[in-house]
Amino acid sequence: MRAPPQHRLRRLRRRPPPGPLDYGRHLWMRLTMLATFVFLYAPIITLVAFSFNDSRRNVVWRGFTVKYYLKAWHNDGLIEAFTNSLTIAVISTAVSTVIGAMVALQLWRFRFPFKGAYEGGMALPIVIPEICMGVAMLAFFSRTYWPTDLIWPFNLSAIIIAHISFSFPFVAVVVRARLASFNREFEEAAKDLGASEWRVLRDVLLPHMAPGLVAGALLAFTLSLDDFVITFFTSGPDTVTFPVKIYSMVRFSVTPEVNAASAVLIAITLALTATAMFLQNRAGQKMR
Amino acid sequence: MNNAMNNAIVQVRGAVKTFAGVATAVDHVSLDIFEGEFFALLGPSGCGKTTFMRMLAGLEIPDRGEILIDGRDMTGVPPNRRPVNMVFQSYAVFPHMSVLANIAYGLKVTGVGAADIRRRVDEALQLVQLGGLEQRMPAQLSGGQLQRVALARALVKRPRVLLLDEPLSALDAKLREAMQLELVKLQHAVGITFIIVTHDQQEALSMADRIAVMEKGKVRQVAPPAELYEYPRSYFVADFIGKMNLFHGRASGDGAVAVEQLGEIKIPGNSSAGRVGIAVRPEKVKLFRDAPRPGFTAFKSTVDNIAYHGSESYVFATTESGAAIAATVQNESRDSKLPAVGDSIWCGWRAEDTLVLEE
Amino acid sequence: MDNWRKNPRVFWILSAPPALWLLGFFLLPLALIWAYSFGHKEGIIGIAISWTPDNYLRALDPLYLQIFLKSFWFAGMTTAVCLIVALPVSLAITFAPARWKALLLVLVILPFWTNLLIRTYALIAVLRTRGFLNAGLESVWDSVDGVARAVGLDGLGAFTPPQLLYNNFAVVFGLVYVHLPFMVLPLYAALDRMDRSHLEASLDLGAGQFRTFFSITVPLAMPGILSGVVITFIPALGSFLTPDLLGGTESQMIANVIERQFKSANDWPFGSALSFILMYITFFALALRAFFSRGRSAMDT
Repeated sequence: MRAPPQHRLRRLRRRPPPGPLDYGRHLWMRLTMLATFVFLYAPIITLVAFSFNDSRRNVVWRGFTVKYYLKAWHNDGLIEAFTNSLTIAVISTAVSTVIGAMVALQLWRFRFPFKGAYEGGMALPIVIPEICMGVAMLAFFSRTYWPTDLIWPFNLSAIIIAHISFSFPFVAVVVRARLASFNREFEEAAKDLGASEWRVLRDVLLPHMAPGLVAGALLAFTLSLDDFVITFFTSGPDTVTFPVKIYSMVRFSVTPEVNAASAVLIAITLALTATAMFLQNRAGQKMR
Repeated sequence: MNNAMNNAIVQVRGAVKTFAGVATAVDHVSLDIFEGEFFALLGPSGCGKTTFMRMLAGLEIPDRGEILIDGRDMTGVPPNRRPVNMVFQSYAVFPHMSVLANIAYGLKVTGVGAADIRRRVDEALQLVQLGGLEQRMPAQLSGGQLQRVALARALVKRPRVLLLDEPLSALDAKLREAMQLELVKLQHAVGITFIIVTHDQQEALSMADRIAVMEKGKVRQVAPPAELYEYPRSYFVADFIGKMNLFHGRASGDGAVAVEQLGEIKIPGNSSAGRVGIAVRPEKVKLFRDAPRPGFTAFKSTVDNIAYHGSESYVFATTESGAAIAATVQNESRDSKLPAVGDSIWCGWRAEDTLVLEE
Repeated sequence: MDNWRKNPRVFWILSAPPALWLLGFFLLPLALIWAYSFGHKEGIIGIAISWTPDNYLRALDPLYLQIFLKSFWFAGMTTAVCLIVALPVSLAITFAPARWKALLLVLVILPFWTNLLIRTYALIAVLRTRGFLNAGLESVWDSVDGVARAVGLDGLGAFTPPQLLYNNFAVVFGLVYVHLPFMVLPLYAALDRMDRSHLEASLDLGAGQFRTFFSITVPLAMPGILSGVVITFIPALGSFLTPDLLGGTESQMIANVIERQFKSANDWPFGSALSFILMYITFFALALRAFFSRGRSAMDT
């Protein structure tokens, strides 16, 4: 039955008063939410906005410009740091995804003595303060006389190793959560049909793990790209990463050039996050 | 039932509730519920009965219409200021409080004195037979006991109306039957108006003084159980309550109805015209070897199937015109004679047992 | 789950690489600074491990004890502020219409994915003497001043921007800014898991919204609140970047002292000891949470 037009309009306009649990519709709750989101976003948004500001004094808007992006682009140190960061992120992501997936499979599949302690050990890199891991890595690489004067990209090995150490446990957590939804009867059916362990892994388990692997890899990539503290302790004068470079620039002074470089990094991380969410969403829909 | 029944304690006028994106949950419902009554809201899941009850409790706000409880307009009155209390489907017994604290909670938050609380809680515990369990935590109780806590917690507040949302659905069959009886006894003992939401017609028929049958947000019929069973007004109600032989037909206005698959039948005293539903209860259908005497509406049929149910048997037959008819035969003696599958019989019922329904 | 003996070959293939990696590139470095923490400097760069407790005793020196206390104070303040802000926010998200919920959650998590250094840097621009906050304050000041003069009062005088950066306030502000999502997510998870009919029952029984919040919502969400408190407190306590960039000389935290021992003071044994004290505190907080959540689940069953 179709309602007469004005009747419908009235229904659209007049919303019933909030129910007793519609907390989100109370004014003071909305104000709290609004204030929180302003608090969370205003600094980042102004940072990005003022990277386009045609003024060295940041606080007043003097007109639109991209000259600080060009300046950042022509800053060799910055570009080198950026290349280093990407290289480190790619390699450490690849390795930590493989190792993390192995941990996930092992913990999901097997019962073994001291499993609780083993799991605790694997969670350690996640829980211990970054600074402790940083100084431990510094001590380790200096004590082992780890070579630092190799040619690029081998001179980045210490940083890459440190990044793998703190990111593979995160990958393991993400992949294991995905594995929890796996119905082991598929595996048994495949074996029943004559598949070997390897075939089962390739044909049945890996396709199921795929969304978890992608999400884990993207997490590892972002963690690596973002890390400052641990990298700060493992990098040398010739192995500067993007965050370390920005850190030294920030210590120096607040300039729009830093804003521009930061805005680029924010854009990259947001794009990666959006991709991860999109992929997970799509995988979730496909499964349904 | 008592003589205070003329006193409407709940009055609902044109209540409407629409959920965003969903069909109208409660669609222009007007209803009076009387003081001291045991009232049931019955309907299939999603018919709006729970939403309607939650509106009485103040947990949902109607888009339109008004609700009066005890003569007071409830618009803008939050749930904590309404003279009604509710037993939730999940019982909602607070897991972090003992039985005692759960039952005392409603009194404590409204500032009742400690001595009074103690006395009233003790009374409530006796009423629902939970004495001795007051120090237990909810996790240590069975489903039946949790329900008694939920009941005591609501009753201790001495509400004007007690709302029960599918109170028995989580219990097993045996316990459910016992609780049905107990709830009725309890209602007589405390004299409070009970409104119960249920999808189980047996439950509603056996417990309630009056039943409102709901479908798609609308109240289809309000009547005492026997009236609802014997005189359903609409096709939906006839189909929903009990077993029924149902047909579609067209009434001509002079007592004759052209019924699909059956042919024309006469219904004395019926003057409706247009599309109607025609129905007859299986227990009203009698089986005959030969054509019965006049006064019966009867059809020559063949027996398709017989289902034995202990106290009774169902005989399923098909008329020559192709209509399916079910009849209930009481197994009154151990050697009750039933027709055999394939037998040719007459299925007939007294003309006045034919129900004419709104489509 | 299979016993590992059922298929030892697969078990060892899967466990060897991660186990060896963890051992070689994580546990070994930790063991090294653990050993260092019992050593002393020898010459300029040498470290002799002499199993002396001196480094730990030195941490008890009032100078360092005070820094520990300050770190606890900062982390505690941060946790408290985050809790107070996150409770209404997560409550509103939990009871928001389904189509808003996902968006609001993403909005809470998103800053989390933005580089910590950049977010901290963004705060500098907000907080510094000629920053946005002071600019805002100044315009408010000026308009109040203008109104006061217009009605014939003395006025407030010239605006002197308060020092918002390089002090304790800036550090706590920055820590709250960085750690708020850590608090919102577990709170939201706990509130969302909660059976709503408990809240409705409380309202139905006559309790008002505030009473319901404190008597029912908070106790039922307690596991989530504890989780949130622990996972906010731990990283806040070990923060390095926020006090380093936003704090003054008076607002340094443990991590800054540790960094100084390794980078400029060149006293690795002492820095190692401080690191381990920080780790022990972390483990203690985690154990506390495990203990409480175990106690809760035992009560529930």
